[in-house]
Amino acid sequence: MQKKNSIKLIDENDLRTDGRKINEIRPTRIELGFIDNPDGSAFLEQGKNKILAAVYGPRELHPKHLALSDRALLRCRYNMAPFSTKERKSPAPSRRETEISKVIKSALEPAIFSEKFPRTVIDLYIVILSSDGGTRCAGINAASLALAEAGIPMRDLVVACAAGKVDGQIILDLNGIEDNIGDADVPVAFMPRTNEITLLQMDGMLSREEFEKTLKLAMEGGNQIYNIQKDALKSRYQTSEKEEEE
Amino acid sequence: MDRGLKLSLMIEKRQLVIPGDLLAEGAFNPGNNTYRDGEKIYAAKVGLANYVGKNIYVVALNGRYMPRPGDFVIGTIMEVRLSNWNVDINSPYIAVLFASEVLERSYNPRKDEMSRIFDRGDLVLAKIISHEVNRDPILTVREPGLGRVSSGQLIRITPAKTPRLIGRKGSMISIIKKASGANITVGQNGLVLINGKTLESENLAISAIRKVEEESHTQGLTDRMNDFIKKRLRSE
Repeated sequence: MQKKNSIKLIDENDLRTDGRKINEIRPTRIELGFIDNPDGSAFLEQGKNKILAAVYGPRELHPKHLALSDRALLRCRYNMAPFSTKERKSPAPSRRETEISKVIKSALEPAIFSEKFPRTVIDLYIVILSSDGGTRCAGINAASLALAEAGIPMRDLVVACAAGKVDGQIILDLNGIEDNIGDADVPVAFMPRTNEITLLQMDGMLSREEFEKTLKLAMEGGNQIYNIQKDALKSRYQTSEKEEEE
Repeated sequence: MDRGLKLSLMIEKRQLVIPGDLLAEGAFNPGNNTYRDGEKIYAAKVGLANYVGKNIYVVALNGRYMPRPGDFVIGTIMEVRLSNWNVDINSPYIAVLFASEVLERSYNPRKDEMSRIFDRGDLVLAKIISHEVNRDPILTVREPGLGRVSSGQLIRITPAKTPRLIGRKGSMISIIKKASGANITVGQNGLVLINGKTLESENLAISAIRKVEEESHTQGLTDRMNDFIKKRLRSE
């Protein structure tokens, strides 16, 4: 939807509303093992986004008729806390949350060796505590790490990042206002080793060339986030070793 | 496919790897927690990569217990049924213990009352006899030392770390047993039973086990455990 408005999202110095350049991702920090009960959990901050991912499983599935005879079922629930946005978000699952739950599940499934656990379920919960654009991507980034921490066998991590068009320019990692009044938003998720894309959506309008440029930029952003994911995983298990040496 | 020409190992022993990390290329065997894609072998879990000859594997740092025939496990009776019990073995799958795998003679539904043999909530030390595809794992207690557990403290560790707790040929667990004087039974499913003459001996064993669990991925753990136990015994 194109809106004619007077808000400039990119100024004369090519800086965005939060001071970023057009090809910069938001500062991202990930903490693993954030919650004790789940088998794996991750807390991710990306700009003003604050997201929690928790994984239980593989575990027994009730009701039994939902079970798959040859592999584990991945059940994903993406849900925004009522206080995550300025306007209160009703706690009931919205159509948007139901759709995002489904696309996140499809984005992570190809990476999981679910054939190793027939008739079980892997429960993935993604809770948005603070929302500022690009939460489905951030949710996928947190979920990948929660799954890896839970010891679920995976072919690769899954990384996600969005790019889009705002004020006529292709930019990386749209924040809330850029997503709302920009021209297009393209979230992308992929497995970094093979570059196989597992989620690709588009909101808005782009020409063929613009789309290809946007997709390429989103994947570059994804690779930057992949490095942050790797560091988070490795530092979780290397701290004890460093403490011993000191 | 000619796999013999190029053989390269990308990792050092006990290197920390994550899913998707390249471990080796060529005619190696993809072992535990690894997978092959074309010529290359990759890690499937977060853990320590290692190799023995041509076998490449990853010792996972986390993960639920997957039942394997031959494993000794400690389980909790969940349900008493007509001729079997359902047992929680800390796994995604619930195990089954048939009456025929408990009693020396054949089961008689009129004479043998199931809940008097094992009741709901009882702890049992059992062995897994089989775990076939699309069937629940089957247990037996018809071996010396198996059966109902009646005393001691039970703790839970990450199942992936039980090999480290046991150690090569039982070396690590013997250090803890000797130092604490407690009887320790390690279930492969992550449950550990400690039976000591005094509460202090049991608690010493428990802190030692927790330390192994936390530092299982580090080097020189055996020496540090010896130091740790010496310090604890001195302070008592």
